[in-house]
Amino acid sequence: MLDFPRWKVWSIYAVLAALVALAMPSVLSGILPSNLAAHLPAKPRINLGLDLAGGSYLLLEADTNDLANSRLETMRDQIAAEMKRGSPRIAIGDISTRNGQLSFMLRDPSQVDAARERLLSIAGGGAGMTGQREWDIQVVDSSRFVLKPTQAGLDEAINTAMGDATEVVRRRIDELGTREPTIVRQGTNRILVQVPGLQNPQALKDLLGKTAKLEFKMVEENVSPADLAANRAPLGAQILTYVDGGPNARIAVKRSTVISGDQLVDATQGYDPQTNAPIVNFTFDGQGGRRFAKTTTDNVGKRFAIILDNQVISAPSINTPILGGRGYIQGNFTVDSANQLAIALRSGKLPVNLKVIEESTVGPDLGADSIRAGLLASAIAVALVVVFMLVTYGRFGVYANLAVVINVFVIVGVLAVLGGTLTLPGIAGFVLTIGTAVDANVLINERIREERRRGRSVVQSVELGYKEASRTIFEANVTHAISGLIMLVLGSGPVKGFAVVLLIGIVTSVFTAVTFTRMLVAQWIRRTKPKTINI
Amino acid sequence: MKLLKLVPDDTNIDFVRLRTWAFGLTLALSLLAVGLVFTRGLNMGVDFVGGLMIEERFPTPPDQNRVRQVIDGLGVGEASLQQVGDPRALSIRLPVQQGADDGATNRVVRKVESALGQAFPGATFSRYSTVSGKVSGELVQHGILAVVLAVLGIGLFAIFRFEWQFGVSTIVAIVHDLLMTLGFFALTRFEFDLNIVAAVLTIIGYSINDKIVIDDRIRENMRRYRKMEMRDIINLSVNETLPRTVMTSVTILLALLAMLLLGGHVLRGFTAAMILGIVVGTYSSIYVSSSLLIALGLRAEPNREKPGTTDKTKIDDAERIVPRQR
Repeated sequence: MLDFPRWKVWSIYAVLAALVALAMPSVLSGILPSNLAAHLPAKPRINLGLDLAGGSYLLLEADTNDLANSRLETMRDQIAAEMKRGSPRIAIGDISTRNGQLSFMLRDPSQVDAARERLLSIAGGGAGMTGQREWDIQVVDSSRFVLKPTQAGLDEAINTAMGDATEVVRRRIDELGTREPTIVRQGTNRILVQVPGLQNPQALKDLLGKTAKLEFKMVEENVSPADLAANRAPLGAQILTYVDGGPNARIAVKRSTVISGDQLVDATQGYDPQTNAPIVNFTFDGQGGRRFAKTTTDNVGKRFAIILDNQVISAPSINTPILGGRGYIQGNFTVDSANQLAIALRSGKLPVNLKVIEESTVGPDLGADSIRAGLLASAIAVALVVVFMLVTYGRFGVYANLAVVINVFVIVGVLAVLGGTLTLPGIAGFVLTIGTAVDANVLINERIREERRRGRSVVQSVELGYKEASRTIFEANVTHAISGLIMLVLGSGPVKGFAVVLLIGIVTSVFTAVTFTRMLVAQWIRRTKPKTINI
Repeated sequence: MKLLKLVPDDTNIDFVRLRTWAFGLTLALSLLAVGLVFTRGLNMGVDFVGGLMIEERFPTPPDQNRVRQVIDGLGVGEASLQQVGDPRALSIRLPVQQGADDGATNRVVRKVESALGQAFPGATFSRYSTVSGKVSGELVQHGILAVVLAVLGIGLFAIFRFEWQFGVSTIVAIVHDLLMTLGFFALTRFEFDLNIVAAVLTIIGYSINDKIVIDDRIRENMRRYRKMEMRDIINLSVNETLPRTVMTSVTILLALLAMLLLGGHVLRGFTAAMILGIVVGTYSSIYVSSSLLIALGLRAEPNREKPGTTDKTKIDDAERIVPRQR
């Protein structure tokens, strides 16, 4: 038990030295003045959590019902187009997308087989890796088709949409020029966003709250004011409201989209040369530009509507054909709102609506206060424990204290290597770990005291002390680790930060408090061969 | 150098004799805690009930009534105010905003900020958080699930490593600790939020730690002194481990006190919960779980011991100092 071969001693020192070295960049960057700290290597280093660094945490949730509906609508448009195409034309009617399913009637029931074939060509494909069908196709009453989305198909669609949405969110946040944001998907339909050091989360939320679905549609002029007021749209048209126009400012537009925002290659904020009002300049890609040129050439004198997220921004008349693939959007913009729209358009549209369901923002002052308080408290805690151990166990207390101090560095080192984040509860975890790490030494030392009282020799007492206490320490740490693991799995945000430090501390403290101190004690006993010990 | 000994060497307190009194006291306190939770309720944080929490820092200590007037004037629901940390900081809680869109909450945050900024020039927000009802429901579920899993997992571990009586007594003791903690929060009206769940889980971990140390010693003594009465074995074991129990509790309490007094107001509830948990956990290790072992009929049965697991130290029995018999 007390026999430590030279290689063992050296490897224990080597492991501890390596871990302490890994902690150095993190520790020194907190202590040194900033001009010196700038020379430190950037990695490995502990990141500060939002509660310490200040910043914003947002949990966004996608509306999956919305996605299911828009999927149905896309399918409806596809079916309508497919049935019209080619010969013979298949006449359909009574097409509806209610109750999460799509249904339509065939005018001529004898075309059932032909219709089914065309339907399979657009809706019969498999979903994702599993190859399960995306739609269940049924025929009721010999002429009515009912399409139900399968769960597999829907899941796959949500999965794809969330992947895209995460990318769009990332691009938009990058455009804000913030430092090291964290953007991760969580669960099936959530995205977690953390932006450290952000002063004004409002701009971020405004930006993420926009779907930024941009469409250009022709205005339907053949509509009476009475119909407009009653929200009755003519065939093939729909009635939309203006962004800033109140309930009466309605306009009818044709359903079919001329060009959509997908065909933009760039958008920037600019100023109207005449009025100097903020505007958004945009550029179409090649195909979009040609389409825009053709439409504006064919429709000189008519109006088209620029629609953002189903609300009309403006509906200018086409005075002359627009050939270069460039244009601008005029509206009631401020510089900021024009800039935001430009960013949103540049980064592409969100495939789903995102809602902020949880938010927390910590101002930088409070974060700095918390760090100061946390570090001070930790230092005092260590000092108290060190003094207490010293007066209680003498030499053995010194060994325990060495272990505690090294353990603090080792935890920092491990945390830095794992790329962990230190949160305020994490600091509390530190303080608690200091307390529990000492427990291991208390168990050992008390056991040695006991064995000495029972009249055993120094060597026997120390050996038995470590041996008997090790079993208890193991059992106690396993139970501790069980609660730590549960916190890690089920906890969110701050609780996780606490659990990580706790778990690392459990593992490292066994090493420092048991193995390391045993080695120190063994070396001392071998060197001095004491007849009695003061413990 | 004379070393400090918190517990004198020949301490031999008859803990078991006091157990009927302790059980009575424990039962009374537990009932009181349950009663408090049901009558006063817990002051749930926004994490668990949803809503809006803004922490505002004022240049000078504000008049709370005036702050309340300013916010009431906005028509955003009833605000509850609480002073946090130093007298210049105030936490303002508002209920979940009506209206489905999340923009509503944002508007309220801005409204409150600008209204307070006008009424109290120089006031700035230090942090705020909003939680929708949906998320808060999930957080409650996860919190309860975490606590239940922790209790079960650790109880199972205790049954697996020891006899079933140890598992049962440990779980009863933990439930006691939990009730005390909840009662404390009902009594003090400290905010009960996600961090407190972490504190509760840590209390569970610590409390079990404490019980395992004693259980371990009881098991060891059961093998060593087969003829001894169970109550004497328990008394002996609790007394033998008492120096360690006191020592560890005191060190952890020292560390936590530093955190409570100097660690800033954000974690105050968290550290307070831990300190309470350590005191309660130490008490329940001695009086609830160990004494319960007698009631559960634990006895030393030499036959149950598997061959090969025999404790080697047993051969040294002869030279052991036999505990003083009363």
